[in-house]
Amino acid sequence: MGNDPSFTNQKFKVIGSRVQRPDGVDKVTGRARYGADHNAPGQLVGLFLRSPHAHARITRLDTARAEKLSGVKAVITSDDLPDLTNGDATAYTILENCMARGRALYDGHAVAAVAAVDEQTAKKALKLIKVTYEVLPHVTDVDEAMKPDAPVLHDHIYTAGLPRKPRKPSNVYNVAEFGHGDVDKGFAQADVIVEQSYKTEQTHQGYIEPHACVASASPDGTGELWVTTQGHFHYRSVCATLLGMDIAKLKVTSSEIGGGFGGKTHVWMEPIALALSRKANRPVKVVMSREEVFRASGPTSSTSIDVKIGAKKDGRIIAAFAALRYQGGAFPGYIPGMPWAAIGAMTAFTSYKLPNVKSVGYDVVVNRPKVAAYRAPSAPMASFAVESTIDMVAAKVGMKPLDFRIMNAAKKGTRSSFGPVYGPIGIGATLEAVKDHPHMRAKLKKNQGRGIACGFWFNFGGQTCTDINIATDGTVTVTVGTIDVGGARASLSLIAAEELGVPYEQVKAHIGDTGSLGHNDTTEGSRGTFSSGMAIIFAARQAIDVLRERAAIMWEIPVEDVIWEDGHARPRLKKYKKLKPLSLAAIAAASPTTGGPIAGHNESVPDNAGVSFASHICDVEVDPETGATRILRYTVVQDAGKAIHPTYVEGQMQGGAAQGIGWALNEEYIYGEDGRLQNPGFLDYRIPVCSDLPFIDTQILEIPNPNHPYGIRGVGETSIVPPLAAIGNAISNAVGVRMNHVPMSPPRILKAIEEAGG
Amino acid sequence: MVSVTFISTFRPALGGADALEIEAKTLRELMRKLVKKYPRLQKHIDEGIALAVDGEIYRDNWDVEIPDGSEVYLMPRIQGG
Repeated sequence: MGNDPSFTNQKFKVIGSRVQRPDGVDKVTGRARYGADHNAPGQLVGLFLRSPHAHARITRLDTARAEKLSGVKAVITSDDLPDLTNGDATAYTILENCMARGRALYDGHAVAAVAAVDEQTAKKALKLIKVTYEVLPHVTDVDEAMKPDAPVLHDHIYTAGLPRKPRKPSNVYNVAEFGHGDVDKGFAQADVIVEQSYKTEQTHQGYIEPHACVASASPDGTGELWVTTQGHFHYRSVCATLLGMDIAKLKVTSSEIGGGFGGKTHVWMEPIALALSRKANRPVKVVMSREEVFRASGPTSSTSIDVKIGAKKDGRIIAAFAALRYQGGAFPGYIPGMPWAAIGAMTAFTSYKLPNVKSVGYDVVVNRPKVAAYRAPSAPMASFAVESTIDMVAAKVGMKPLDFRIMNAAKKGTRSSFGPVYGPIGIGATLEAVKDHPHMRAKLKKNQGRGIACGFWFNFGGQTCTDINIATDGTVTVTVGTIDVGGARASLSLIAAEELGVPYEQVKAHIGDTGSLGHNDTTEGSRGTFSSGMAIIFAARQAIDVLRERAAIMWEIPVEDVIWEDGHARPRLKKYKKLKPLSLAAIAAASPTTGGPIAGHNESVPDNAGVSFASHICDVEVDPETGATRILRYTVVQDAGKAIHPTYVEGQMQGGAAQGIGWALNEEYIYGEDGRLQNPGFLDYRIPVCSDLPFIDTQILEIPNPNHPYGIRGVGETSIVPPLAAIGNAISNAVGVRMNHVPMSPPRILKAIEEAGG
Repeated sequence: MVSVTFISTFRPALGGADALEIEAKTLRELMRKLVKKYPRLQKHIDEGIALAVDGEIYRDNWDVEIPDGSEVYLMPRIQGG
């Protein structure tokens, strides 16, 4: 299915138009209901007690006084959460992350939770819980955690991915190697070799809406959860597993989402909210504070990366190597088979045609919160290291960075650095577009510099289930199970309108709850418009078959003689020339007497989402006296496949770039010697605001994905990948120092300038 | 005949093998035969894998037909943000 190239490059009627967003009015007038906006009758307030220590054994946990406090309806510790995971290691780590089980593994790890009639009572109750800790040695730095004398977090973790199981447990939980050719031989043939080490600090997705839910568990074994999430079906499965519920008896309804970027693909406090509700027999509302979001949700990895690239004098890269060390927080990667460093190693050299390449990813546990996905997870750090080194190699062979990249760019038929041979890809096209872009010809002044960098993301599809229902007035309801994280309701309505042949305004898209559709995978991997869009196309075609049948009934002719064209049923043969075309609305109006409701449905697993490439251009100005960097101009060029709603595609490209700029220049988790997070708030963890950014220019390259009926590729993630290196390269060109530590904050830049004798 | 290549993570489960040739017409048949030959591979499948057939990446759809002479890569399952 889906492999339908005849639809690629077709002429569209509404696809590609910049229609008004369907959620706009509600969002600007405050009607839209986010996670914290839901309330239930008789609800309690749930709050968490969290560890102040990076690593500590819980020797005593006394909740008696808290339980006796008037107004307290439930207190939960790990004793209330028996292990029901049946040997499922992934589920068990989620359980242990939601509530410490005898040992706190990071500053902020939950150790108890209360539900009370109001927030004041809940806060009082938390103070009455007495916890005695035996503080243990901790480690928060990825390189330190790999040393032989580092405190070992888990005695059951032995490094996986080695030829033989090691004799001792280790903080390195996985080693993964990718590549082809013979890198040693390649480096021996190189005329120029550059080696450089890099570090990137931990960042948070920085979504404005904190995690929030209302949980209601009934004594009859059923339950409901209203929650802000990127994957309400996933939340349902995980919560049901951890609490021993039947999946179908837990209904999860997703709210509007105030940003997720990967951070809302994982449960944090939702299972505990349900456990509190079950114990209290009342609904429980939990809204994380910003401090809790920083300390106890899932930021991205901090990393330490070594890169070595060798080239011939003529500029051809002959060999490339990278060792990538990523910390995943206190637990192995979210999916054990998909560790973070392995993804970094897979993405590191994807933009280039390399005869000899090897990348090795080392995944490491440390005493920090459990890492979650963050927009193209793991790729920005790898790209920072590789794309910075690429500029250095280009300089050594005397080539312009752009020409060097164009010469070495991967293309159709190139064996990718992670293994498979590429089909049609767009890295070359984005680089050629950069070369032609007016931005590249703009003049720069003193202390100003221009940098370019490339980025890649895989994209994927996943399990998808969609309904289309046609009302008797001819309006169309589309119900999807993917979350609208970036304007999907507009793009999905456009797809339904295109396929059915009706105006966009006639279609209304909804996000269905878990009781209304079959399982949908979480909205991640840039899959929303790709996969639900494909399911809508096939559901619409099914509905069209029904519409043709109903027209045949109305005309009393065989259905084979009815075709669907431009939103109308038409007779196929001249002998029916007296029959006037029937509109969708006319057929719908007659539906009660021609067979009842008209609907279409599709369940599928769209794969082959089509890899995506981007090339970015960035101009900066660096103040050599303060080290402060200002972004003067920024341009994103990305291969986006067919842009269903170009404004939203541009918005995704701009949003990813803005997040990358914050990551590059300011954002950083700062841990003290005591292993405690020093800056868990937006005052001290600075994300970029409008005044920090220029208008981000975009150029969409529509290189169709041949595996989607409309040529759609994933769009949302790739644009966060290049900014770190684009900015680092621009800073290098502005003030002559190579920055190898992200964020490239004023103190680090100033230090680099001083060390360079500036 | 299909050529199958494994990334390093899977090799211990395959007795150190990094590639092999096998007769299979679909990904489902391929995986069934691989697990029969290397039962320890099942753990990795349970944790999540992806398969690339001639460069096209599949995470879930194992009904895909594999043309004779194709190249299949067994990779970690990718997660997005």
